[in-house]
Amino acid sequence: MITGISGSTGRVVAMRLLEAGHEIIGIDKRSWADAPDGVEMHRVDIRSRPAEDVFRKTQPEVVVHMATVTHLLARSEDRYRINLGGTRAVFEHSKQYGVKHVIFVGRHTYYGAGPDTPLYHSEDEPPMAVTTFPELSDLVAADLYAGTALWRMPEMTTTVLRMCYTLGHSGQGTLASFVRGPRVPMILGFDPLYQFMHDSDVALAIECTLKSRVRGVYNVAGPQPVPLTLLIKTTGRTPTPLPEFIFRAALGRFGLPKLPPGALAHIKYPVVIDDRSFRAAAGYVHRVDEIECMRQYRQAFPILRD
Amino acid sequence: MGPFTSREVRDRIARLEIPFNAFGFDPYGVSKSYLAQTFSIAEPFFKHYFSVKVRGAENVPARGRGMLVGNHSGGVAIDGAMVIASMFFAKDPPRLAQGMVEKFMNKVPFMSLLSNKTGQFTGLPEHAIRLLEDERLLMVFPEGSKGTAKLYKDRYSLVRFGTGFVRLAMRTKSPIIPFAFLGGGAAIPTIYNSVALGKLFGAPYVPITPYGVALPLPVKLEVEYGQPIMFEGTGAESDEIIGGYVEQVRTRIAEMMESGRLRRESDANATIRAFQRGDA
Repeated sequence: MITGISGSTGRVVAMRLLEAGHEIIGIDKRSWADAPDGVEMHRVDIRSRPAEDVFRKTQPEVVVHMATVTHLLARSEDRYRINLGGTRAVFEHSKQYGVKHVIFVGRHTYYGAGPDTPLYHSEDEPPMAVTTFPELSDLVAADLYAGTALWRMPEMTTTVLRMCYTLGHSGQGTLASFVRGPRVPMILGFDPLYQFMHDSDVALAIECTLKSRVRGVYNVAGPQPVPLTLLIKTTGRTPTPLPEFIFRAALGRFGLPKLPPGALAHIKYPVVIDDRSFRAAAGYVHRVDEIECMRQYRQAFPILRD
Repeated sequence: MGPFTSREVRDRIARLEIPFNAFGFDPYGVSKSYLAQTFSIAEPFFKHYFSVKVRGAENVPARGRGMLVGNHSGGVAIDGAMVIASMFFAKDPPRLAQGMVEKFMNKVPFMSLLSNKTGQFTGLPEHAIRLLEDERLLMVFPEGSKGTAKLYKDRYSLVRFGTGFVRLAMRTKSPIIPFAFLGGGAAIPTIYNSVALGKLFGAPYVPITPYGVALPLPVKLEVEYGQPIMFEGTGAESDEIIGGYVEQVRTRIAEMMESGRLRRESDANATIRAFQRGDA
């Protein structure tokens, strides 16, 4: 069962697991009109009664929980409902209906960005995002809640994956949205590293998790990170550095995105994760390098100039 | 690499054993082009302005993890800069020494960018452990910021050492290469440290010299690297044991500083005598 299957990454994951011979049950409020045969779609909200009925009737062996949203897509009360309420429902239904393995797909922004945080974050670090970027606290809470299943539901295998940004031809995700326009704002005097992976590597990482049945909390990344200026230039955009006080004042105006104040730290400082544990435990090796990710994004979302 | 990169810098950058990607960035964001520009600026200072004399560079391992541990000399970071330059210009193949930078630097626009792109990261244990485990060369000044605050009259002394560096070396099984840096105190003869001015710039203090600002004078500088020291253990030993090891390193550095001081004084006396004889 894949929750949030209609999202662009959800679809890639579904296709890959389908090819690997799994039967797929999809849960999403959004439709997936051209879902292939072999994907049994249920257009329901994960927190609703009909969703529980899907668990009851289909008795899935594995649940991949991808139905979470970020601050860019939803207001805070909705986020709390979807991210925390949804995650709770997934784990409770999984326990009740005998699911053997739950994979929670979380985010690397859990660690937060700041001037005195380490460049490479390991899994045992605390979630600094709660203080640096309060708008991410619902995702942090969902991540920590999912982790409690490791001791609350020991009969079930739980894997929490903290994945870095995605970048590729789908153009979906926080980072892809941030660099969509022709001019990408930066804060003058700062050029943080950004870490991203291709959608197909997200699917590969989930397949490796399924095969290896690893338990625990893991960071998952792809190729090495690159500085923001390089990312902007290589994807055909123009870096637009602004002094911080002007940047703050201009947010939400002049075509700049309306970002919460905490997001500024993520434009000044990097959030980079160390995924050596996951690679060793699950046998995962990313396939798409940083150059190819940026090339595909550039090709799919070209900037048309006069 | 930019039009102002010297041939030697370009050649040495190419011989650095660092895994740069196709764009010239390593996994930490260290940039080939920033290194080239920075070392091109440092080159005339290292070779001519300070005429840095390097002794014992062969004591630094050619590859693999290692910690350069030495004394602070001079009120601004010329000691660190010249140690890094010495590993780049006076070692074959060259190595990139990576320092641990004061936390406030990462908050300052451009300073943050420049230090990160040249491999000088905020002084966090996580950074030190990771770099050593990645077989990099770390540069550590266990005197901390109190060491840079030394006045001219104290230029051949050492202040108290932190102990973290020995635990780090033991935990990561890294050799400590002690070094003595000489002449920085004469290049920047600090007579007073202004905390008030420091607050203005967001730094702990600003050194004041007899001529006002802390611009370094063209004084000959020296850096001497001693034999590597290995301590067996896990790094979780008691403070007494670690304290003993710290003292060993401190003593070794103090010995090298003392012999360097005697050498410099005898050189200076020889020059004065030569002047008096009218040879010079």
